[in-house]
Amino acid sequence: MNDTTGFYELVVNGKKREVRDSWVGESLLYVLRERLGLMGSKGACEQGECGSCTVLLDGDAVCSCLVLAATATDSEVVTVEGLAADGAPTDVQKAFVEHGAVQCGFCTPGLIVAVHHLLDRNPDPSAIEVKEALSGNICRCTGYGRIFAAVETVVAIRKGAGK
Amino acid sequence: MSVHMPTTVDEAVALLADNPGARLLSGGTDTMVEVNFNHLKPETVIGLRRVESLRDYRVSSERIEIGAGVPYSRMETGPLADALPALAAAARTVGSPQIRAAGTLGGNLGTCSPAGDGLPVLAALDADVNLRSPRGLRSVPFAEFMVGVKRNSRLADEIIESVSIVPTRGYQDYAKVGVRNAMVISVASVCFVHDRNTASVRIALGAVGPTIIRAREAESWLTGQVDAAATLPNDENIASEFARRVAAEARPIDDHRSTSAYRRHAIQTLARRLYIRSTK
Ligand SMILES: Cc1cc2nc3c(=O)[nH]c(=O)nc-3n(C[C@H](O)[C@H](O)[C@H](O)COP(=O)(O)OP(=O)(O)OC[C@H]3O[C@@H](n4cnc5c(N)ncnc54)[C@H](O)[C@@H]3O)c2cc1C
Ligand code: FES
Ligand code: FES
Repeated sequence: MNDTTGFYELVVNGKKREVRDSWVGESLLYVLRERLGLMGSKGACEQGECGSCTVLLDGDAVCSCLVLAATATDSEVVTVEGLAADGAPTDVQKAFVEHGAVQCGFCTPGLIVAVHHLLDRNPDPSAIEVKEALSGNICRCTGYGRIFAAVETVVAIRKGAGK
Repeated sequence: MSVHMPTTVDEAVALLADNPGARLLSGGTDTMVEVNFNHLKPETVIGLRRVESLRDYRVSSERIEIGAGVPYSRMETGPLADALPALAAAARTVGSPQIRAAGTLGGNLGTCSPAGDGLPVLAALDADVNLRSPRGLRSVPFAEFMVGVKRNSRLADEIIESVSIVPTRGYQDYAKVGVRNAMVISVASVCFVHDRNTASVRIALGAVGPTIIRAREAESWLTGQVDAAATLPNDENIASEFARRVAAEARPIDDHRSTSAYRRHAIQTLARRLYIRSTK
């Protein structure tokens, strides 16, 4: 049994991180940002509607605002910071910048996590599959066209690289 | 506040018995919204994420059993989707990929919203809800499980362990009306199940009453008109009259999501559409 009160450990981006003096009802999003200083994941709605807080939890893309942080103690958490571990932007991040898919940027970290998650499982998605996979990530600026174009570019480049 | 993470159902049941009033947490997609907005400050939380047996399902020709912790994403494709196309269709309409990766049938049953997308499917398939407590296992037909808006007959020390379903033979589907395609709470929904084994047609309505409504009069009218042991006839008159009767059994209200007149109209359209699809 694992009884948690105020102190627990999370594994975030491959590293053990201690969480101290927290209220145990805090969401994973809150703990990542306010306790662990990982500001990549954004919080807008805190009710699962916008996707700006998307992280990988044991490989699944989920809204970190809807995960009780203290229940994630034996799970692998990957945030947007963990995707570009060496500090160099990933191919998805580069394509977003090149296509103007980053405007105010608030939705970007969640979308980057969602796109990596999609392409890891489905390297050649159809247009409708891309739309479906990103339907939980809301962007108020781009109108989505630039985001879809960025995803298309990554798919094409990765396919070329595989040949 | 403390958080417990049991790894077996028995452990979870014992924890719940020792901590009356503890909050069970599955995918968190209903509960965490309440916590984030300070509507809920649980003293004790029992997280069910690590109870492997709850995250399992079994499909055989006699019985399908779905653990309360199976997320919607695993109902959308694979053996469960092959066995229960209506459940797959309903699962695909839930929230967004992120919500479907976390949200579970146990949570849908725990919340028991009339707009819950899993519930009309359980109603139409005559599913049993299996509840585990220190007294053992209790099975309740879905129709007796959901008793009102966000009310169910689960006792305080019971954990929803699984649902069981007898497989049917024939067309089944789920259709939902909402204001857009993704991330939408149902305004009206219909689950249609044709079972040639029992020569029955079962139709359940979501979001148009305090509980999920089975349109039982329309069901028996239809089986009086057609041979339900065979493929249903592609007959416009039967489809329209059936749909009219189904809509008459809805008990919709006006609220911020829609009007009662629109909801009844939507039910009629969906019922007619699913009947016609079932004949093809
Ligand atoms: C953005 C968003 C969109 C959504 N869209 C939809 C939608 O389209 N359709 C829909 O139907 N729902 C929708 N929902 C609601 C929610 O996702 C579903 O109701 C889901 O099935 C809840 O499952 P969960 O495991 O996340 O529940 P949790 O939040 O973990 O639990 C919900 C309730 O059930 C209880 N519970 C959970 N598991 C058990 C168990 N094993 N035994 C006893 N009690 C239990 C909990 O104590 C709690 O009271 C949405 C939610 C969000 C945040
Ligand atoms: S902040 Fe989590 S989905 Fe909006
Ligand atoms: S770039 Fe502003 S919300 Fe997407």
